[in-house]
Amino acid sequence: MNFDFSEDQRRLQEEVRRVLTDVSTSAEVRTVLDGAAAYSAKTWRNLADLGALGIAIPENLGGTGLGHLELCLVAEEAGRTLAAVPLLSSIYLAAEVIKLAGSEAQKSDWLPRIANGDVIATAVIDPRTQTLAKDQSLTFANGALTGMIDALPDGMVANIAVLLVDDRLVLVDLAAPGVTRTPRASLDPSRPLAKLTFAGVAAEELAMGNATSIARRVTLGAAVLLAFEQVGGAERTLYAARDYVLERRAFGRVIGSFQSVKHKLADMFAAIEVARAHAWFGAWAMATDATELPRAAAAARVAATDAYTLAAEEGLHLHGGIGYTWEMDCHMHLRRARWLGQIIGTHHLWRETLAAALIGEAA
Amino acid sequence: MDFNDTPQEADFRAEVRRWLEANATERRSREDKFGAGLNEAEYLAAARAWQARKAAAGYAAIAAPKAMGGLGGTPAMQVVYGQEEAKFLVPDRVFEISLGTAIPTVAMWGTPEQKEKYLAPAFRGDHIWCALLSEPSAGSDLGNLRTRATRDGDEWVISGQKVWTSGAHFAQFGILLARSDWDSPKSKGLTMFIVDMKTPGIDVRPIHQASDEYHFNEVFLNDVRIPDSQRLGPEGQGWKVMLSTLMQERFALGNNFSGDLYAQLIGLAQASQWNGAPAVENATVRAGIADAYIRQFGVELIVRRGMSAISKGENPGPEMAAVKLVGARAFQTGGALAIELGGAEGLIAAQDLGAEWRLPQLLWISAPGARIAGGTDEIQKNTIAEQVLGLPAEARTDRDMPFRELVH
Repeated sequence: MNFDFSEDQRRLQEEVRRVLTDVSTSAEVRTVLDGAAAYSAKTWRNLADLGALGIAIPENLGGTGLGHLELCLVAEEAGRTLAAVPLLSSIYLAAEVIKLAGSEAQKSDWLPRIANGDVIATAVIDPRTQTLAKDQSLTFANGALTGMIDALPDGMVANIAVLLVDDRLVLVDLAAPGVTRTPRASLDPSRPLAKLTFAGVAAEELAMGNATSIARRVTLGAAVLLAFEQVGGAERTLYAARDYVLERRAFGRVIGSFQSVKHKLADMFAAIEVARAHAWFGAWAMATDATELPRAAAAARVAATDAYTLAAEEGLHLHGGIGYTWEMDCHMHLRRARWLGQIIGTHHLWRETLAAALIGEAA
Repeated sequence: MDFNDTPQEADFRAEVRRWLEANATERRSREDKFGAGLNEAEYLAAARAWQARKAAAGYAAIAAPKAMGGLGGTPAMQVVYGQEEAKFLVPDRVFEISLGTAIPTVAMWGTPEQKEKYLAPAFRGDHIWCALLSEPSAGSDLGNLRTRATRDGDEWVISGQKVWTSGAHFAQFGILLARSDWDSPKSKGLTMFIVDMKTPGIDVRPIHQASDEYHFNEVFLNDVRIPDSQRLGPEGQGWKVMLSTLMQERFALGNNFSGDLYAQLIGLAQASQWNGAPAVENATVRAGIADAYIRQFGVELIVRRGMSAISKGENPGPEMAAVKLVGARAFQTGGALAIELGGAEGLIAAQDLGAEWRLPQLLWISAPGARIAGGTDEIQKNTIAEQVLGLPAEARTDRDMPFRELVH
């Protein structure tokens, strides 16, 4: 049994961690948080130069030609450093959809530019079953996209959008006439959102294969990748809180010596280890295209959302009053945990996905 | 990353599998049990016969060195054997403390004479061992134990009371921790012994557990005389000897939390009606099934990480510390949900309701014990906080005082 990453994969992870720790600092993330930038171009450029953006894109399409296991480790480090970059929309979603559903021309047109970071994509390819809208307003007919979609990640900076419209996968150039973009204030401003309206915008279909099953598979993969981001972020908050309670004194002793504090941190540790175990199983299922992928991805999504939420909430709490200030990073994790846990559907929806997969397997 | 055996592991698995197929019955359902219908004496006899066959084939002590009568294999081979054996009907619990706790301690601390005398008969199942550790005043705080060991020439005289001693009523031998020095601090004055359970002065009384079972005993020790040649490890070093014992126990417990509770929940939810529809269609039930899977399979995946480390010849990582904490809780919440599926009828005990309800009901009533035995939830959390996260140890006012002054 070898339920672990390889030495080479670990070295790669350490390299990504080293670069992101240098580049995606709190100050850098805050340039996006405070609205001075829509994403961290510096972090994005460094990830591109490392080959991390194209790590799961074949070499002949401008990628590094490694695979999903390596991409998972990139995600973990991005989560750890709160990287304010469009990994979800461009890499986990758009690039994966284009790889599976794009024609050779579409692949060679877009993937090299996504891999080198020149093109940023936004994407919504899950059916958005949790919504405020009474009906789905996007339509795609005769090569033209019409309607509105809200809460698009990185919608203001994206060059293209990949969307699931009426069981078809559509790629639209956002520079085309008829596109209107409106920024939407995000609960995690370091991960901005936008509303896009399309007035008969020329768009192309990504028509290879079955669109709904490709969209489903890529969404499951994104759940695994986000789980790695969540585990990375959760672990960062756990150890930040641990360091703080070892310094902060009250009643004549460091507060980390109080059992209520120790047990809270132990609970965070246990939740993170359960989440990590499921994330790893999800990584294995994604990398091997295993039949277990639906339950593995859903379990990773739920466990990692629960773990990051717990770690971010309790991590802030353990800092006391200072934790509830803008200057401390605690609220950035609280915001990121909320954003990551909800952007491709909440834990409620994914618990149901998991139950359906388990019950389906039992039948 | 994969879940495959190394070539050596695959060869050993095939060998083990062939032997098990020739010597044991394969499990057909989760209700299948070794020795079903036998009384305790018959069950023990059958268990011993099984253990003797296993020892003759070399599988009783796979990771022990050949010089000690073991197979001289790797811990990974031990894990492979355990995985295959779990698919067959074999005795449950009888040898768990004997070979998982007591004998590894004898192997680690025993004199050449003690190892010669005790290891092989225990591997064969001729001797079954118990571990006389906990006391009424010494549970989580085991260092507070008060059983007295007084030197008398070449002998020790032992008096006191042990509790929660698993298998003491059928064990031939036990390892026993007692206080030999009342002037040293609590953990410094202890000595470990090997005791023959037939020695005069030992009185074993079964404990009627909350689950209506009898797995544990109280053991009263009244002027029990033990020759000094039966001392296990140096005088006054009993705490150190005991720690190596509990490390074994913690690892053994860590292997017990796999299973398929979530699959049982699905079956029961399909058979139960909520508001005129199968309970399996209810959103709350489905979320509960999902959560049971996340905890239970999460623990199994953590154990697989540990096995992967063992397979590479490394030690399992700190994540193993979460296994018992999460696993015991999963039993409690999952068992409760299973019972709740049946509403009022779910309160009918399995012997009247149906065999499929036996395991969930057993999990529900056993879970409180699982959360206490082998280190309570609170002790597990302290261990994670202190040993994994590096937080300060609990304040201990009694650690450096002579034990005599602590006894009121």
